[in-house]
Formats: sequence, C-alpha cells, structure tokens
Amino acid sequence: MAFYRPAPYQKPLAIALLLAMLVLPNVLTAFGQEFYIGFATRILIFALAASSLNLVLGFAGMFSLGHAAFFGTGAYVAAICMANGINDALLVFPLAMGVAGLFALLVGAISLRTRGVYFIMITLAFGQMAYYLFVSARTWGGDDGLPLVGRLNLAGFSLNDDAAFFYAALASLAMSIVFLGRLADARFGRVIQAIRENETRMEALGYPVFRYRLICFALGGGLAGLAGALLANLTGLASPNLLQWMQSGTLLVMVIIGGVGYLYGGMVGALILLCLEEVLAGFTLHWHIGLGLLLLGIVMFAPKGVAALFGKQHG
Amino acid sequence: MAEALLEVRNLSRRFAAVDALKQVNFCVEAGEVHALIGPNGAGKTTFIHHVSGALKPDSGSVHFAGTDVTALSMHQRVAAGMARSYQITNVFLGLSVLDNVALAVQGRQDSGSSFRFWKPVIAEQGLFDEAFVYLEQLGLAERSVSLAGNLAHGEQRALELAMALATKPKMLLLDEPMAGAGPEESARMVELIEHLARHVTILLVEHDMTAVFRLADRVSVLVNGSLICTGTPDAVRADPAVRRAYLGDTA
Amino acid sequence: MQDEVTQLFLEQALNGLQFGLMLFLLAAGLTLVFGIMDCINLAHGSLYMVGAYLVAAAAQAADSFWSGLGAGVAGAAILGLLLELSLFRQLYKRDHLSQVLATFALILIANEAVRIIWGAQPVMLNPPDALSGPVEIVGFFYPAYRLVIIAFGLAVAGLLYLLVAKSRVGMWVRAGASNREMTEALGINVQGLFTAVFVFGAALCALAGGLLGPLLAVQVGMGESVLILAFVVIIIGGIGSIRGALVGSLIVGSVDTLGRALLPTLLRATLPADAASTLGPALASILIYLLMAGILFFKPQGLFPARA
Repeated sequence: MAFYRPAPYQKPLAIALLLAMLVLPNVLTAFGQEFYIGFATRILIFALAASSLNLVLGFAGMFSLGHAAFFGTGAYVAAICMANGINDALLVFPLAMGVAGLFALLVGAISLRTRGVYFIMITLAFGQMAYYLFVSARTWGGDDGLPLVGRLNLAGFSLNDDAAFFYAALASLAMSIVFLGRLADARFGRVIQAIRENETRMEALGYPVFRYRLICFALGGGLAGLAGALLANLTGLASPNLLQWMQSGTLLVMVIIGGVGYLYGGMVGALILLCLEEVLAGFTLHWHIGLGLLLLGIVMFAPKGVAALFGKQHG
Repeated sequence: MAEALLEVRNLSRRFAAVDALKQVNFCVEAGEVHALIGPNGAGKTTFIHHVSGALKPDSGSVHFAGTDVTALSMHQRVAAGMARSYQITNVFLGLSVLDNVALAVQGRQDSGSSFRFWKPVIAEQGLFDEAFVYLEQLGLAERSVSLAGNLAHGEQRALELAMALATKPKMLLLDEPMAGAGPEESARMVELIEHLARHVTILLVEHDMTAVFRLADRVSVLVNGSLICTGTPDAVRADPAVRRAYLGDTA
Repeated sequence: MQDEVTQLFLEQALNGLQFGLMLFLLAAGLTLVFGIMDCINLAHGSLYMVGAYLVAAAAQAADSFWSGLGAGVAGAAILGLLLELSLFRQLYKRDHLSQVLATFALILIANEAVRIIWGAQPVMLNPPDALSGPVEIVGFFYPAYRLVIIAFGLAVAGLLYLLVAKSRVGMWVRAGASNREMTEALGINVQGLFTAVFVFGAALCALAGGLLGPLLAVQVGMGESVLILAFVVIIIGGIGSIRGALVGSLIVGSVDTLGRALLPTLLRATLPADAASTLGPALASILIYLLMAGILFFKPQGLFPARA
C-alpha cells in the first residue's frame, strides 16, 4: 500500500465537474427536464453517504455492514427536528451529524474490539438493532416512517425549491470531499491508512490504535448522518428502511464499484449504481436480477472497482 | 549496582495445560546490553510478548523505568520508552523508507497529536528532518526515497531499527535481529547494534551465539519457561546447567 | 391468575425453544461455513427462503407436507451443491469484501427469481392435517405441529452433535474450524469437506424453512431477517462452534420470544401506561442485540470460541 494520492488529473477534473454541476439545474430547466434535478440531488446525497463509508472501509480498513444505521439516524434527526419546529439547516445538519456520530461512537466502542468476520457481522447486527428500534417507535411513525413538512431553511433561504436544494447538497458533498482529501494527507489520515495495513506495527510505534479507529468510525458515521438528513429533506420522509441492512449493502456496493480507498470512489459508485438503476428499471420490473448478475461479474472480473481502472492509487 | 530499567518479577503464564513461563525474575540494568538466549520452545517469544505488552501474565509484574507497567497496553509501554523490533521484518513495504520512519516520529507524543485532520503531513518538515537523522545513523540516508519493499533484507532490518529508534526509547527490545541474515549482513548488524548500544539500553533475544557473546554485557538463559542462569558471557558459558540445556552435557 | 401466568410463561417458553431450535438449523451450517472457510455468506438466508418455497411447491404438487419437505430439502441440497461448485469455491480464497459483494448479489438474484417464479404474494404452506389441532399438555393446549417442530429440532440437534462430536468427519470439521492450514497439511481433503459442509448447511436451511413455513408466511425477504438472527446467534456462540451455535440459538430464541411476550406486561406493571406502551415493543425488539452487545463486551470471541 501507499498513502492515498490522487492521480494528477483528478483535481482539475473534480473542479471542472463541480463547475458543470453549478449550471446543471439551469441546463435541465432549459430543456424542461426539471425532474432530473431531484435525481441528480439523490446522486449527490448517495455520493456523500458512500464517501463516508469509504472513509471507514477504504481508508481505515474497517469493514462495516451497518453504515446505513448512521445514515438513517441522520434522516430521523432531521425529521424529528422539523416536527418540533426546528427548521434552520445550520442547526439541523450539525445536529444530525453529531447524533449519528455519537451513535457510531457507541457502536464502534463495542464492535471495534473484534476483527474480521466478527466485525462485519456485529456492525450488521447493530445496524439491524437500530432498524428495529425505529420500526417499533410508534412516536416516530413506526413502520411508515416520519414525514417531513417542507424543507429546511438555510441562512434565511428556503430549500423548498429543487434547484436551491440541489445546491445545498452539492455544497455538502463538495465540502465533505475536500475535507476527506485533506484528511487523507493529514496526520490522522496517514495513521488510519497505516493501521489498515499493519495495526500491530502501529501499536508497536506507540499509536493507540483503538482510539484512531474509533474516531474514524465516528467521523464516518457523522458524515453519513449528514447525508441522511439531506435525503430526508429531499424525499420528505425519514423511513426505517433507510437503516435497513440492505441499504448498508447498497452503500457498500457503491463503494466497491467506485473503488475502495479512492477519494472519489464513493462518488463514482453512487453515480454508476443510481444511473444503472434508473436505466434498468426502465426496461424491466425485475432489474434486481440484472444488478445482481452485474455485481457477480464485477467480483469475478474487476475486483478492484471501476475507479481502479482510472489512475492508480497504489505505488 | 546500576539502576534497573526493566524488572520482571515472578512472571508466570500458562497456556492450556502448559506452563509457558514459571516464576521468571529478570532485570535489565540501564545502559547494558542484556541478551536472552534459550533453546527453541524455551518461552523466549512468550516472554518478549509479556515485556512488550502484547500478552498479559497470569501472575507477576513488569516494571519499567521505575513504574509498574503490567496493566499497560503495548502502545502505552512504547510511549513510556520501550521500543521493539520484530523477528520477521515488519515495516510498511508500500511506503518510502523516509515515510516509514516519519510515521514512527509522528507516533511519539512529544511530536504532537496525530488527531490532526487538515494540515498535510508533507508540510511538517520537522517530522521528515528528524526521520532523516535516524536514517543517517543507520546508514540508510541514500535509500530514503526508495520503497521499503525494494530494500535488501539487511536494509529492511536496519529500517526496522531506525523506526524503533525514532520512538526515542529508553530500552530497545530486539527480537532476533540476525534472523534470516547472511554472514555479511550479520556482521553489519552487529556493528549497528554496537553503535546503538552507546546511546540506549538493549534487550537482545538472539540465536546467533557469536553475536550474543560479542554484544552482550550480561546473558540470561531461559529453559522450559524458567530462567536458569544470569551472568557475564563467560560465566554463562561455563555454567554447567547451561551446558546441559544446550549441549546435553551430562557432566 | 397464578395459573394463567404460569401457563403463559410455559407456552412462551415452548415457543422460544421451538424458535431457538429452528435458528439452530440455520446457524449450524452458517457457523461452519464462517469458521472453516473464513467465508462470509450473506446468501444463507436466501437458501432458507428458496428452501421454504421449494418445500411449499413440492408439498402442493405432491399434496403431502412430508413428501414436500423431503423433496424441498433435497432440492435445496442440490442447489447448494451447484452454488458451491460454481461460485463459493472461487470465493473462499478471496477477501471478505468480494465475499460480501458476491453473496449480496446472490440475495438480489434469489429474491427477484422467487418473485418471478412464485409472484410477490406470500405462498401458503399447510401443516399436515393430523397435526393441525392442539394437544393438551400438563393442563394447557399447545399446537401439535409446534411440538413436532420441537421434536424435529431436538432430533436434528442431537444428530448433529453426534456427527460433529463423535464421527471422523466431525473431527475433521472441528479441526478445520480451529486450524484450517493444519488440517490441510494433515492431508485431509478440505475441498471435499467444504463442499459437504456447504451442501449440508443448505439442506438444514431448507428444513428450517419448510418446517417454519406453516407458521410464518413463505414470502420474498423472509431470508434476510432470519439471517441477521442467525448472525447474532453465531456472534454470541462463537464462530465455528456447533455447541456455541446451539447455546446461542436457544438463548436468542427464548430471550426474543419471552421478551416480546412478557416485557410489555412487565413494563406495564412498573411504568406509567404510556411510557410502557412506547418502550415495551421497542425494548423487546432490540433485547437480543443488547444481550449480544453485553456478551461481546466481556467475551469478544463469543461464548465458545473455536479458535484459540
């Protein structure tokens, strides 16, 4: 392994992409395709959620299958806030991140005592626990979830307009990616990547490995919480299904398709998977079969993910 | 008598039905090179794990630099000044030689917290300058930009020492530094350790008796989980119990 | 009053035992696959689902529950064999990431395939007529069919115990779970052993699915929820340990069943009514996870770790 270093063309490409995104709502509106603004926002949000998982899985090597629990927690925090009349995004988003991060801290504190297959199953089980908790919470809508009335306000502006909300999601994603990119190069990023490679050696260099993993796990959970809060705002519903383990699996699939341990892996994966879903679902009701076969194909023939096909990380 | 830097008192450990360590009392004095030898299966590795903190004893205690460290984890013992090298070369093969040592410098508490999420490490020139000093000490300065995975075996062992040194230890715990080395590499490693011994206390676990008798101030012998003898190399060589254990002497 | 409470408790304890034994059928195969092959198989629940559908279809075709059960279990075993030979054999040597992705893909495929073949509506599976009524045991009535499930579960558990603890193959299996390399080095055909264990696990899945079919709805997605419970069982019991799987199953089965049945009542007795009615179901649904967390905190390797 080496410490993560993006290929030289990636930064300009990312900036160009960001600029293109800035005009996307206008372009879509000009062509009368406003429907796709919502779709694009969805991609941005899942890109953020998948990137947060990639921090945990790709950079720190913690194979969590319960990440959706933090995602869904963020959604519920947003919904509960709004049900109680708290509408300011500058308050709700940090709160969603904080609650989801704290929850991750708790789950991590127990799960990170284990390794390997154990860790995978335990994160999965804790995720499911959160799911059942929300399913049985009648105060918050139980099975049906908790609907949101309208959207948050950001610095006095309402995000009810789809384009405005698109920009809010875009800003969240862009800031998160910048943060993750900086983090990868910073002391903390180096430490977690080295722990991924050889935790015993890091322990023998004096690093309190458990603490680093735990903080990283909580950071990932917090970012997932932000994504969840955004998604609840987009769809107008915080549903227990967001916490369900199949959702964790979907995020995982995104990261793997996009490239585990690549800064843009989560983005690429979310884009590919959601577009694929959109296209396949147009052909057949049973598009899951196609997706499943495709995934099997990827495991067998392109195990390093799509991002690995562009530029290289290792070496 | 010089001050004891490491003191192991009545250390015992059982695995299933096997007594791996039986009431071991052991002491490394500040400034010395203390070698621990013993036939295969004597419990040396288990002993090392208890000193470094990878394993916890059933009974007995480990004291380091005047404090009881029995309950401390490995990283806490490292922070207290106990560094170790591994029997099997254990460096980050995909990182440059300099990055390997910089990681070790960064792990030291006096180099600042590693819970920094924003400032790039490459801007912290101090880390790399210091790392480079250790590389110079171990004769690896010219290889600083190479990938650790591309180093020769002997160079990797030296890198491992550089990383251990970069934690600024009071005591170096060297687990078979000659393992897998050819005669030339061994000679070079002996020289390096001799050089290091001027600055730091060393606990050396080694099979290579030439190296042990050349480097050690004192030697302890572990047989079947018990310490049977401690003394100067000459005294240990002459000890009848040691001869029995090693040579099967009946005399 | 006293009698009623005792009766409720006894009935729920039997339900818990029955549920635990069925969980054991699922967890036994899974824990061996995880333990011996170090392979994570998310699609184990899909085998359970497909098994239940096969049993239901065969039972309908043959107009006999027991023939259906036999045919369904055999069908699942064949399916397991095909899966092992074509896919899992490649997966053992791959990393956990690939295993999770591939078996996740299998779930998607299995769910959709079942939906295509049998439709989205739940399929009915009727218990054998002779067992459809209740029987009286020590003063209360209990469904005969559930008693048969318990008997089945106990028989299979006993058989498995004998097989794993006493037979030569069982010795290999245990050796494989605690130290795979060594077992290979001793010249045991680990590949063949893997196949056998996997197929056996698939058959047990179908058995559990078929037996539970008349009690629960046979429907798409039934595998996923039960898979998680099997995971919890394995985590509690210790990966690779049949004994752990049995103990874990009984713990999870009874704690979950009793918790759901008794906890709301208990809370109503101690808490204000509205607090109890919100807290009761929520607490009952996460009881086994709390239990798991508690056990893990003290024993991160589970109750009966197979690996030293």
